[in-house]
Amino acid sequence: MLKKNILVVFYVMLFSSMIFANDAHIKLDKANVNVRDYASLQRGAKIYMTTCATCHSLKYVRYKELARQIEMVDSSGDILVDVVQDGLMHSGGKITDNILSALSENDGQKWFGKSPPDLSLVARSRGVDWLYTYLRTFYKDDSKLWGVNNIVFPDVAMPHVLLNYQGLKGLSESNLHDTNHINLKLIKQGSLNEKEYDLMVLDLVNFLSYVGEPHQVERKRLGIWVILFLSVLLVFSYLLKREYWKDIK
Amino acid sequence: MDISNALRSWVDKRFPLTQLWNDHVGKYYCPKNFNIFYYFGSLALFVLVLQIITGIWLTMNYNPSAEGAFDSIEYIMRDVPFGWLLRYMHSTGASFFFIVVYLHMLRAMLYGSYQKPRELIWILGMIIYLCLMMEAFFGYLLPWGQMSFWGAKVITSLFGAVPFIGDWLMEIIRGDYNVSGVTLNRFFALHVVAIPLILLGIVVAHILALHEVGSNNPDGIEIKALKDENGNPKDGITFHPYYTVKDGFGLVFFLILFSIVLFYFPTMGGYFLEAPNFDPANELVTPEHIAPVWYFTPFYAILRAIPDKLAGVIAMGIAVVIFFFLPWLDRSKVKSIRYRGIYYKFFLTVFVISFVILGWLGMEVPTPEKTLLAQICSFVYFSFFFLMPIYTTLDKNKTVPKRVT
Repeated sequence: MLKKNILVVFYVMLFSSMIFANDAHIKLDKANVNVRDYASLQRGAKIYMTTCATCHSLKYVRYKELARQIEMVDSSGDILVDVVQDGLMHSGGKITDNILSALSENDGQKWFGKSPPDLSLVARSRGVDWLYTYLRTFYKDDSKLWGVNNIVFPDVAMPHVLLNYQGLKGLSESNLHDTNHINLKLIKQGSLNEKEYDLMVLDLVNFLSYVGEPHQVERKRLGIWVILFLSVLLVFSYLLKREYWKDIK
Repeated sequence: MDISNALRSWVDKRFPLTQLWNDHVGKYYCPKNFNIFYYFGSLALFVLVLQIITGIWLTMNYNPSAEGAFDSIEYIMRDVPFGWLLRYMHSTGASFFFIVVYLHMLRAMLYGSYQKPRELIWILGMIIYLCLMMEAFFGYLLPWGQMSFWGAKVITSLFGAVPFIGDWLMEIIRGDYNVSGVTLNRFFALHVVAIPLILLGIVVAHILALHEVGSNNPDGIEIKALKDENGNPKDGITFHPYYTVKDGFGLVFFLILFSIVLFYFPTMGGYFLEAPNFDPANELVTPEHIAPVWYFTPFYAILRAIPDKLAGVIAMGIAVVIFFFLPWLDRSKVKSIRYRGIYYKFFLTVFVISFVILGWLGMEVPTPEKTLLAQICSFVYFSFFFLMPIYTTLDKNKTVPKRVT
């Protein structure tokens, strides 16, 4: 009985963090990312390089590592250098370069009021759910410099760079006084419908999630083997213990 | 005589190798009735070794400067082969160290392991705990993330509340007027050299003191009081092989839990590695909510529960230091909770509950209701200690058996 109780206490101490984790003011939409979905990562990388990379660096990532890890490789495992250069490296450079934007800190400061941050770790500091919600909750606000505002990031300095895809949304009546609930209505149609746009954002967030921790797939893969090994060892260490202790009364 | 015996005899004439082995392992008699709580001592020792080894490897690639620290952590996480594994082992190990040590301390409180003649073991253990807190605090600055920076800023500023010498003291600790690269460098020196050296020394003393008086057990009976014809305790068994194989089993079980967290929940939902710490330190941007890592939050909640800064700092200090006096606050003739009366059982239970609630409150943004709850829990926390001489005297204890059960 005691042993059982102690185990329960131990588990509660271990996992209490998960029970209590809730800090957000606005309910975020869940981003079902899957960093093993290499097709999604490749699409996300492409969107990133065409729409984000002009201003936002990924200074801890190199094109070559990125291409290898999201499997832009041929059947023998060699990196498809041409595909990477045509598809991802729009500002030229070498494949071994880090992913740096051409925008200088000073210009960024001057043009946006705040220099666009590096996004290598944004999925870790903000979380994927936040990113997924953020990129889908821009709305029309003519009082702002870029004509848009954001529900989860009020007064954001970033323009809605995906405007042509999503179209322009506006606050509905219920949101005018209470922006805690997301309920935006479409004002101007974009090139994608809502479902397509959500999928595109999901690819992008998935890519950023991978970028935040490139070894996470390897981590989870290795974990299974370690735990399996330890489980087998647990059986033998228990049998060893039982063998020695059988004489103890 | 074969070669290994010859070699051993050669060493023994020059160094007490066999004697040390026998005194501490081979012929060290432990009570045979250790329960699950008795795993945490050897586990703490294991985690200490794990932290030192992973720490050495991290140091090889870490850059202790304000300009390079954050980048070097990402270099370890991305480019160093298995660097991510070493870093997660070290960060997960820090939290597990405290889990193990808190349970180890709870064990002592359940079975009266701090009582005479084990006061010195307890005091040495408390010094280890203080070193561990310092070690964790200094180490947390090193990634140079937002929470590293602001956490260090808040905690070091607490020393500024000390009357007269506060500002001077704060400056000495920071080495600067603000938390800066200078602070980072001195914390690095303390984290990787000074504190581990002290820690190792005190751990050895802790174990020597334990082996001098012998281990307590869940019945709180002195097994040395009853010996067989060879002069060995009747209820004792040698540490090796009995407890080496048992602790080995415990270690493997522990490693499975450790691996589950390490490989699948390395940030533990933001409680082992906090999300704002993935943003580099920036003194112009204050994080929305500053909280220390979970293992400090019970004390942080006590600090915040008291409206006056100096009084809060004093209360927090007392909350830690009071543990040192446990052997003398406890007036009970009985060690183990199994044979104690209802008062101690009640007070220990509410103490543990209030400690856990305080730990949770310390992570939360304070509201009037939560502050009130923190005040109530702090009151319970201190009552456990300050009323202890009274309720342990009044308690109606049961008869302690002669032999372990």
